[in-house]
Amino acid sequence: MTNLKERIIHGIFLINGLLVVIVLLGIFGLLVFTAIPAFKEIRIGEFLFSTNWNPTSYVKPAYGIVPMLVSTFMVTLGALFIAIPLGIGTAAYLSDVANQRVREIAKPIIEILAGIPSVVIGFLGIVLVGPFISKIFGLHNGLNALNGAILLAVMALPTIISLSEDALKSVPNAYQHASLALGATHWQTLVRVKIPAALSGIIAAVMLGMGRAIGETMTVLMATGCAPAMPRGFLDSVRTMTSTIAIELGEVPYNTTHYYALFGVGLTLFIITFFVNMVSDIILHKHERLMK
Amino acid sequence: MKKYIRNLALLVSVLSFAVTNVFAQEMIQVKGSDTLINLVQRLSESYMEENPGKFIAVTGGGSGTGIAALINGKCDIANASRLMKDKEIAQAQDGGINPKRIVVAIDGLCVITNLKNRISKLTVDEVGKIFRGEITNWKELGGDDVSITLYGRQSNSGTYEFLKDMVLKGDYSSRMRRMNGNAQIVEAVKQDISGIGYVGVGYVKEEKGLTVLNIASQAGSEYSSPLNLNDVKTGKYPITRPLNQYINGTPKGDARDFILFELSEQGQKIVEEEGFFSLPDEYREFNNKALGI
Repeated sequence: MTNLKERIIHGIFLINGLLVVIVLLGIFGLLVFTAIPAFKEIRIGEFLFSTNWNPTSYVKPAYGIVPMLVSTFMVTLGALFIAIPLGIGTAAYLSDVANQRVREIAKPIIEILAGIPSVVIGFLGIVLVGPFISKIFGLHNGLNALNGAILLAVMALPTIISLSEDALKSVPNAYQHASLALGATHWQTLVRVKIPAALSGIIAAVMLGMGRAIGETMTVLMATGCAPAMPRGFLDSVRTMTSTIAIELGEVPYNTTHYYALFGVGLTLFIITFFVNMVSDIILHKHERLMK
Repeated sequence: MKKYIRNLALLVSVLSFAVTNVFAQEMIQVKGSDTLINLVQRLSESYMEENPGKFIAVTGGGSGTGIAALINGKCDIANASRLMKDKEIAQAQDGGINPKRIVVAIDGLCVITNLKNRISKLTVDEVGKIFRGEITNWKELGGDDVSITLYGRQSNSGTYEFLKDMVLKGDYSSRMRRMNGNAQIVEAVKQDISGIGYVGVGYVKEEKGLTVLNIASQAGSEYSSPLNLNDVKTGKYPITRPLNQYINGTPKGDARDFILFELSEQGQKIVEEEGFFSLPDEYREFNNKALGI
């Protein structure tokens, strides 16, 4: 009887596990098969290396994804540049410096930040961050890559802080005691012992934050100006891959080259995120081995 | 137990009655142009006030989105600030949908700049050059030495397509910022000294914080303003356009009733209150033909 129950439970868990894999493969297959027809008319070289994207051109449609690739990387890396030091700093403060009461109040508040809808953050980008940027840099308007990066940093912060703090907390107390007993200061213990020991967890936190940033659509759509030209810097308007898909998929006639090309963009984005996850996984395992 | 079953049966019958009642109500789905959305929303509200029990849902998304929805059978009426393309009509007919066009209002497409900009008039040719990215500094037009920032719509917008086909006759500069809607362009240009944008007249009639440029059809001809009723109606203002609704086949039933309301004197009064222009006779005749009157 117990044996049967065990086996049924075992089976249910197996199906659950497989379901995720099947869904993932299904999405990948759909993207690949819908993207392939695009390359009957677009040369892959043009798609990957041309800097001109204009499928509804008056003259001749152009399908080059370089500007949106660059845009996506600019806002994502810009966001991480802001969010990593802030995030790890806050996590270290919460786990090692703050007293119990501060931590109990601050952590839930940080986690609430994750629940703010992206459209609200995008709106803040238009009415608050945009005018601020234009004033500081003396620009005519603030809808640019920097604006997007700041907003995405805000969105990635709760993930990075919360998970990094958990990682720092899970470092065995013995490490800290040993370090302090050897005469290290609190600061030295935190920076040279605890953070390195928690690094795998922190990297995982940063990667998850990056995952949130790279796929975010509404916020960047609203705050970056969405000019499809090749960006010339962080103070220039950018249009990410996600924005392009969101803007154009709504009006594109089904089963046209343009339609398939948008799936090609989606496939490229999928491959990038897959690659990011894989690399972070490899780093994690390497670090775990080193720790042992 | 018996009582329990009886109560349950009662509950189910009440619920099913409520459900069928909701579904029995004919809901007219209207979708599309961002330029038209405020106007059609108001028209539908007045219509529903006068005809209790009728329901109309108006949503935006851009002309391209509305037309795509009509082609895919996902809406009853598509709002469009441009004409349907031959390709789209062919696609609709392939799916057994026969789009009929009704003109509900006339729009003077406004080119707007910041109040601090000294330029107050342009020719159609200059507007084209600016948005194609060939003129990039206001000083080339006699203004201050400030580089031009372009604000336009995204490609699902009928206004985007209309200006591209009728004025630019070429591609927009890839540096043009693609905004989400008319209101966002108005906001951006109000704050940006270097900005220029284009929006439907309904969005600027009450707006004091920006300049609506006077436009001439060519160098040497007279400049006129889209805020001037007569100039738009007679076509002296060069960038006027009809605002359309597309519907599958000759309108019937509730949808026809609603369209007749839009075209009635009362409906056309709302059109003018919203800042657009009521229909001249030629379009009234055109509509009568489409309605089979």
